[in-house]
Amino acid sequence: MPYQSLKGLKGKLIAVEGPDGVGRSTHIELLQEWLEVQGYGVLTTGWTRSELMSKTIATAKQGNILDPWSYSLLYATDFADRLEHQIIPALRSGFVVLADRYIYTAFARNTIRGCDRQWIHDVFGFAIVPDLVCYLRIDVDTLALRVIESKGMNYWECGMDMRLGADLYDSFKKYQGLIIAEFDSIAEEFGFQVVDARRPPDEIQEVLRARILPILSEGRTKRIHKAAADKTSAEKSHADKPVLATPETSPETSTVPATDCSNKETPR
Amino acid sequence: MTTPIIKSPYLFDHPYPGKLIVVEGIDGSGKSTQLSLLRKWLESQGSNIFFTEWNSSELVKETTKRGKKTKALTPLTFSLLHATDFANRLYHQILPPLKAGMIVLADRYMYTAFARDAVRGVSPSWVRRLYSFALKPDLAFYFRVPIEVSLSRLLEGTRAELKYYEAGMDLGLSPNLVESFTLFQSRTLIEYDKIVDEFGLTVMDATLEIDEQQAQVREIVSKTLATYKPKRSFHAKREALFWRRFALPESERTQGETDRG
Repeated sequence: MPYQSLKGLKGKLIAVEGPDGVGRSTHIELLQEWLEVQGYGVLTTGWTRSELMSKTIATAKQGNILDPWSYSLLYATDFADRLEHQIIPALRSGFVVLADRYIYTAFARNTIRGCDRQWIHDVFGFAIVPDLVCYLRIDVDTLALRVIESKGMNYWECGMDMRLGADLYDSFKKYQGLIIAEFDSIAEEFGFQVVDARRPPDEIQEVLRARILPILSEGRTKRIHKAAADKTSAEKSHADKPVLATPETSPETSTVPATDCSNKETPR
Repeated sequence: MTTPIIKSPYLFDHPYPGKLIVVEGIDGSGKSTQLSLLRKWLESQGSNIFFTEWNSSELVKETTKRGKKTKALTPLTFSLLHATDFANRLYHQILPPLKAGMIVLADRYMYTAFARDAVRGVSPSWVRRLYSFALKPDLAFYFRVPIEVSLSRLLEGTRAELKYYEAGMDLGLSPNLVESFTLFQSRTLIEYDKIVDEFGLTVMDATLEIDEQQAQVREIVSKTLATYKPKRSFHAKREALFWRRFALPESERTQGETDRG
């Protein structure tokens, strides 16, 4: 956005990614509570929750006729609206912004629907790079059980628009399997902090807090298209941050290091 | 995962039997008038025409209206909304008739976004990448007109008013509607001139009389259509003939009725 200056964003942007039903919203609620108790101003922002677009997206979903381009662009518009009206103003005033899903969700969904990877990266070129992305990683079998036990499966979470399976369960497993695989490769590309989401909620929350804590006292946000334009520089900038240290240095993660976890999970 | 990657086709000719003809120009350039006259002519020749307009899909129109009313649209969301509308129309309106071999006429195409978004301060290269899923039209007219002419057409013509966004009032160039229109549209003209060179649009002198322009338009269009083989859907027009193909032979028909009884 050449017309808007991104200087002086004092706040922190923390995104939580992961497949449907993995427990993102629950953990974000807990994190908000925890941060507010410590005295931080917190804004949570969720996918498709913009004032401008939420109604439109709901209408579009009812029609079930979206091509991958309209689908992605609707989400991009929603994101842009929240970015300009919620996220940037909050960051400017020094809030901690907790994003329930971020642009990586769009990358994953769009790619498995057959769109050009580069195109969706370009579309979201206006986004801000989060200070931290926590990826709640789970295998599809555990996820399926968890979703059925809690709120049941819905049409879009099962990717039924892609006609992957005959019923909700088959479709859910195939669709979320593809999503998880895509998230895994995105996680590597963009240097996510991987959190093993098969563990009990309180342990996951502990890990999340341990990752967030050092971020709060660190430098400021950057614009994503610089990073997207040059992947290596993005990786470098992540590596430069002392807080995004390897799992071994962090006591909470030492039991299940991220790298170890990615080897054990999800049979490929 | 071996999902086929869909390449951006807008720099290549589309492979479909139909033809896509688009018109571009600032508000008041007379492009819509010319397009509707072209449509009349093509229809009188027996062609099947599909017509589509910028920012007209049901899905997005409501949102744009809502956003415009509350003035909540920023250059970025404005740009993305138009791209969403375009994607939606491309896949649900433009592609099917093109594949079916019809002539598709579009009042404004992606070049409108390239021009307007650049004026609103959105990165031109970003907008071009945003639209990289689009199809290249077979023919793109640009109706070039000086600001004064378009302004007088809008003020003295059929509408006799300027609209808020048409005048680029969201940019805050001037509190005066006419002044803002002049500033916004002159910047749009400059952008269009760049686009004409970049994408090879066919430039028309939009200060000429309507019928003079239309004569030129028809001549250029007939050249483009030289390779076009129209598909006539005469069955639909001759109903009796059409339905005869589905009718059961007399013998079977009575048979069926006896069975049901």
